[in-house]
Amino acid sequence: MIAEAGLAALWIAAALALLQFVLGAMGLNDSRAELRAGVRSVAVVQGLFVALAFGLLITCFLRSDMSVKLVVENSHSMKPWLYKFAGTWGNHEGSMLLWVAVLGIAGAAVAIFERRLDDATLVATLAAQALIAFGFYAFLLFASNPFARLNPAPIEGLGLNPLLQDPGLAFHPPTLYLGYVGMSIAFSFAVGALITRKVDAAFARAMRPWVLGAWIFLTLGITAGSYWAYYELGWGGWWFWDPVENASLMPWLAATALLHSVTVLATRDGLRAWTVMLAVVAFSMSMVGTFLVRSGILTSVHSFAVDPTRGSFILALLSLYIGGALALFALRIGTVKEGNQFDLVSREGALVANNLLLSAILGVVVIGTLYPLAAEAISGTKLSVGPPYFNATAGPIALVLVIVMALGPLTRWRRDNLKAVVSRVALPVLICAVALLAMAAFAPPIGILPFLGIVLAIGVGAASLAPLWKRNLRRTPLFTYGMVVSHLGIAVALAGMSTERAFIKETLVAARIGDTANVGPYKIKFLGIEPIAGPNWTALEATLQAQRGDNLPFLMKPQARMFSSPPTETSEAAIATRLDGQLYLVFGKGDGTGRWQLRLWWKPMVTLIWLGGAMIAFGGMLSLIGRMRREWGQNDRKAYGV
Amino acid sequence: MKAKHQRLILAVVAVVALTGSSLLAMSALKDQASYFYAPGDIARQGIPAGAIRLGGMIPMGGIVHQPDGVTIDFTVKDETGTVPVRFRGITPALFKEGSGVVAEGSFVGKTFVATNLLAKHDENYMPPKAAGTEHVTKTLKE
Repeated sequence: MIAEAGLAALWIAAALALLQFVLGAMGLNDSRAELRAGVRSVAVVQGLFVALAFGLLITCFLRSDMSVKLVVENSHSMKPWLYKFAGTWGNHEGSMLLWVAVLGIAGAAVAIFERRLDDATLVATLAAQALIAFGFYAFLLFASNPFARLNPAPIEGLGLNPLLQDPGLAFHPPTLYLGYVGMSIAFSFAVGALITRKVDAAFARAMRPWVLGAWIFLTLGITAGSYWAYYELGWGGWWFWDPVENASLMPWLAATALLHSVTVLATRDGLRAWTVMLAVVAFSMSMVGTFLVRSGILTSVHSFAVDPTRGSFILALLSLYIGGALALFALRIGTVKEGNQFDLVSREGALVANNLLLSAILGVVVIGTLYPLAAEAISGTKLSVGPPYFNATAGPIALVLVIVMALGPLTRWRRDNLKAVVSRVALPVLICAVALLAMAAFAPPIGILPFLGIVLAIGVGAASLAPLWKRNLRRTPLFTYGMVVSHLGIAVALAGMSTERAFIKETLVAARIGDTANVGPYKIKFLGIEPIAGPNWTALEATLQAQRGDNLPFLMKPQARMFSSPPTETSEAAIATRLDGQLYLVFGKGDGTGRWQLRLWWKPMVTLIWLGGAMIAFGGMLSLIGRMRREWGQNDRKAYGV
Repeated sequence: MKAKHQRLILAVVAVVALTGSSLLAMSALKDQASYFYAPGDIARQGIPAGAIRLGGMIPMGGIVHQPDGVTIDFTVKDETGTVPVRFRGITPALFKEGSGVVAEGSFVGKTFVATNLLAKHDENYMPPKAAGTEHVTKTLKE
């Protein structure tokens, strides 16, 4: 019954989305303004029903209801409950239901909390949101029903891909989806504002928290995904330029550009058309990301390949929404009035440069990701674009972007004096120069890119803190701290990426029990090996003793795991985190004569990469809290007539 | 400066930036477009310089373990070519004779020295060119 109830809830939610769209579209006509009142409540109820449908699917998974096809294909009664739970979205149908559930709940949240937009724009926004949701409901109901039954029901399920049985990956997709779907709200806001011709600062202020929230989740999702690949795949890499990774990077780049341009629009009423355009692009990138990952057209190392007909469905939705939004943009953009003017040397100027550079990176990543698909579709040649392409194109632009990012906050809004800017930049540049000389004198030869990266990270770190210089720290608004923390996070991540590449130490040996090997500052002794059993796997576990100088030795236990359903082997690296880096041990195969392969890495400062990512997201949270506090403060004052 | 001029400058800068980046992308793609090779491509076109990906099947009996315990030699082949490969490291779980592989690395002489055998993937995965040449592993789902 649960599955049928879930399907019914999904149909009702779809019908409500259609109703919400129709009411909204008709209500836009001023003669029928009374219809507008219903749109908000329909949006809330739609959110409730889709949440109910998703909750019921989770229930099916938690109960291991093997009469539901999706549960059979992706779960197993022996699985730990966390992975039964996460298995709900560890597959195509479930993840699409999660997508539309987040969409519906976010729409309900807009309906409940959004009080700044004028009535007509809000109704147009909710109507656009309902139309997006309706497409996805149709997709679920007609092309990928998550509640389909299997008759006769098998006794046991097939299990979940063991690579996905990891707490990091269990929560990775929902985080990314919150980001993707947040972008859909920014998109709906843009469509709403275009329809009612009210692209102005008030619209930007209403849109900004949603953009900021979505961007925080995207940042967290990318950071967590990178760390997951690093520790779970056991190959020690943290970014691969895999299409599935790019699928989350592309919306992030667009969202970052949007976040900065929406700030210009909200505070200075400039960049109106550009901001609307970016909102369309950012959501398009989220859709492209979903399409890439879920269509089955990718040959990714992650390989989530599914049925290509579903790919065509998503592609059709994609072209409908994006094409529609672009057509609306073309029709209406002429009526969007020009915003305020500014000098080229100004905060706005720096933000425009930031936007152009982010767009340029987005462009080369999109080309690199889609070119192989296009080439195959057009000429039938199969080719793959890899890290060398992305490093050669995105790398240099990113370095320039980082410099602009350091300069931007040191300029004034509207108009600035070049000389004054130079004097404000002097100290960070000086610090950078000192770092350059120190590195040239003392650092071992490490290659030009890591070298530049470290120097730049130090300079950018100094410049990021500069906006706090000589300010009253207690009166500095929280969102300024947010910007400082985020920019500092970029410097920290850059430092981590550069030092990891420059100073990494690696030892690869075939060792017998009792042998020792050295890696970086550590001496590793191979103590033994024994079989162990987990809830749904068995493993060989190696015990290694690591000692640094005369410090106390400690034990590390990497494993090679065997899962039976589906039959797969995974390797669980043993990682020890220290203040100055990570010791990363992987245990490989035995050769039958008593020797076992061991791969030992000492990765100095590698944790800075993800610490930086977390700081970027944390800065976003500070900004969001700061903005909301300020607005609530203003609303309270208004309410009390102050 | 008049608003009109400013917009013109911004538009020009934007066009220059985007053209520059697409030129950069194009030139990098020209080097990289032939990034993925099958053994047959190598047989026809000769040995490429620089880092590439090599994808194909490992024939039965194709893997030889060296005495140091961490180096293996194997061959990657398709219907028209065979390439000898050397790899030092821990092989991914699904690396075995009779299955597909994608190796990253570059040629040293006539031997392809792999720095990375593509990370673990699920049992459905096939390198693009290999999928057509040998039988595709049937999964439980099918």
